[in-house]
Amino acid sequence: MLSEKNLCLSGSGVTKVFGFGRQRTVAVDHVDFAFHEGEIISIVGESGSGKTTLAKMLLGLISITEGDIYFQGQKRDISSGKKKKEYWKNTQAIFQDPFSAYNTFHKIDSVLLDCIRMRGGGKLPKAKKIELMEEACSFVNLKFAELTNKYPFELSGGQMQRLMIARIFLLKPKILMADEPTSMIDACSRATILDYLMKLRDDSGMTLIFITHDIGLAYYVSDTVYIMEHGRFVESGSADEVILHPKEPYTRRLISDVPKIHEEWDLSTV
Amino acid sequence: MSKVMLEVRDLTTKYITRYKEDVYAVDHVSLKIEEGKTLGIAGESGCGKSTLALSLMGYYFPPLYYTSGEIIIDGQNITGMKPDDVRKSILGTEIAYIPQAAMNALNPTRKIIDFIGDVVRAHDPTWTKQMIYDHARSSFETLGLPAEVLQKYPVELSGGMKQRTVIAVAVILSPKVLIADEPSSALDVTSQKMVIKMLRDLMESGFIKAMIFITHELPLLYNVADEIMVMYAGQITERASAKQAVLDPLHPYSKGLMGSIIVPESGLRNVKLTAIPGVPPNLKNPPAGCRFAERCTYVRAECKVTSVPLYEAGYDRDYRCILPETELRRAYQHAE
Repeated sequence: MLSEKNLCLSGSGVTKVFGFGRQRTVAVDHVDFAFHEGEIISIVGESGSGKTTLAKMLLGLISITEGDIYFQGQKRDISSGKKKKEYWKNTQAIFQDPFSAYNTFHKIDSVLLDCIRMRGGGKLPKAKKIELMEEACSFVNLKFAELTNKYPFELSGGQMQRLMIARIFLLKPKILMADEPTSMIDACSRATILDYLMKLRDDSGMTLIFITHDIGLAYYVSDTVYIMEHGRFVESGSADEVILHPKEPYTRRLISDVPKIHEEWDLSTV
Repeated sequence: MSKVMLEVRDLTTKYITRYKEDVYAVDHVSLKIEEGKTLGIAGESGCGKSTLALSLMGYYFPPLYYTSGEIIIDGQNITGMKPDDVRKSILGTEIAYIPQAAMNALNPTRKIIDFIGDVVRAHDPTWTKQMIYDHARSSFETLGLPAEVLQKYPVELSGGMKQRTVIAVAVILSPKVLIADEPSSALDVTSQKMVIKMLRDLMESGFIKAMIFITHELPLLYNVADEIMVMYAGQITERASAKQAVLDPLHPYSKGLMGSIIVPESGLRNVKLTAIPGVPPNLKNPPAGCRFAERCTYVRAECKVTSVPLYEAGYDRDYRCILPETELRRAYQHAE
């Protein structure tokens, strides 16, 4: 079991409330969690269960209504822009839609150069920068020579998502949040993307958090699975425990809703 | 043998690019669907699945052009019909199409009943508002959707409900064949199941007679389709019953596709997912030999020169590979 000392990201009573009065919606409702270093975590739930809201809070993109988030054992402080930037050096994300993740006006080179600059490599000689970019591209099986001087829209969806991973390779964050990283690309490229992510985890020992509704994916990649319903974690534990021996009726329903190959898919229970 | 609802013979269609290059996105495709059956089409992005769906309807508009082949819907040959005639007399009544992400393309300023009005009036302008409403209401009740939806705007509906509404609008004139292009890929598992249940109910209640289901989610296709056609670079690479295609694929490409399946079943974690290396060929100048040769593990020298026809393996299965069945199976056994 993972010991207490390499705790990476944890939270207690994290809550997010949108609106007030009659419009008041509790999107995330007092959730507690503890993510360890080098662990792969999946947060699984239906649309509207609060997965993405939680992810945004973990990334520091939106404020927390109540509760605390601890980064490496200490209370996270992102009160100023400077501190936020410092936090984002360690916390990065890959989003669902690679097409809208890039600034259309920036060339691929500048996307990657930004990452090098963020790691404090802004003063490096040009040749060294190019070498770094080449290394990152070859990690995800892209050729830097073919990408240089191109704009993001000139790439295919799979290439863009791979470039996303190349960025992460350069940044080497402690935590990577992957919000539905494979739902926009086809099933055949999915294996490749997952492969790179796992390799990245093995190389740099970062914590990988998958936000997904694909319970099959969660089972395949993760060490720990959290099941989320209406803003609460209803069940958590190791992947084998949660997916193969679910205790909660909600988890059971989620699993029974996924089409399977070797088991009957019961359509009558909708 | 039951009645053939849709038959396509040797259909070839092409895109003409801005630089006057021909891209044959559907290359000599033949298929046949019997009454009450569902045909599944699988393949990577860009392999021609959606273009095939567009071509099947005979509804061509630039840059898509018809080249050769025949389309027969329930005994009626629609080859060579003008796009305008196709729209008036074929679409909606004979064959209906739900495009990819149709639910995100609904005009937000119009009510659901207006979309139905559009479909009905395109075929018969004499329908009054009341007639349309009564017809829509009764169909919605049969399909298990609440009638209130008719008076709502698209933004008021959830994703799953929107998709089911789009399907209901598409089948409002009870077409014979329904083509569903990725109808559930943007939905979560529970809504996906509701959509699939609805499609199955449509078939059982006789609203539609046959269906073509396009997706890259193989576990889903396995559960929905009776027969699966795997496409690669505009051609059919394998056609078999759903069970055979998924559990016992014959073509190396299908074999590779089936290696990417993820399902929450015990034992999955021990399986190494296999990705097919490389990218599909550029169809502007397709390779002379087998189109999959570049990426195939079992490639031979002759694969790259001679083009490969679709062989019949007997037992209701076709595949496009130069190697005979026994040799392919031996190769797979050897690989394991």
